[in-house]
Amino acid sequence: MNNYETVFILNPVLSEDQAKDTVEKFVKVLKKANADVINIEQWGLKKMAYPIQKKSTGFYNLLEFAAAPQTIQTLETEFRRDESVMRFLTTVLDHHAQTYNARRRKGEFRKNKEVRERKTAKEEQKA
Amino acid sequence: MTLMNESIKRAEIKPKYCRFKKNGIKYIDYKDPDFLMKFVNEQGKLLPRRLTGNSWKFQNKVAQAVKRARHMAFLPYVGDALK
Repeated sequence: MNNYETVFILNPVLSEDQAKDTVEKFVKVLKKANADVINIEQWGLKKMAYPIQKKSTGFYNLLEFAAAPQTIQTLETEFRRDESVMRFLTTVLDHHAQTYNARRRKGEFRKNKEVRERKTAKEEQKA
Repeated sequence: MTLMNESIKRAEIKPKYCRFKKNGIKYIDYKDPDFLMKFVNEQGKLLPRRLTGNSWKFQNKVAQAVKRARHMAFLPYVGDALK
């Protein structure tokens, strides 16, 4: 068993419910392969840095799971079959990455960002 | 009178350091484009170690993270005036 993290981008043409259903479909694929799903994050419609398939936005999703290495192949063939998936990337998590992700799940980094944003907003108000 | 090179004031040159080693950062997240922006120029190209001061180990990790970020469209492959 290894820990993995997959980020994938879904076509923005889908409705939000359809996007959710597609994510659930992939979670089911994982569960069928006896993987422990640790974290599911849906970041919603986000602007991309460059257009992919002539679309400038996409539904970003994150899956974190522990699975046997063979599971990745079945998951990635599912990604390739599904036309609504525009991009996907699976990475193995080493133990540094796992501790980082555990802290990320608790929202430690988000807090820092929010604080920073608040600070810049205050400075702008002063200016 | 011969021309002489001016002596370099060693104290004025700040020694470079690797920010990851100094701050104890072990993992570089490719999902955080704001952080990775520190390591690319305004065209979106990776900055050399000469400028960032990163150690070999962490420069490689930064390069890997930036490449992953480009694939997932967190960062552009080519940009113009990113900063």
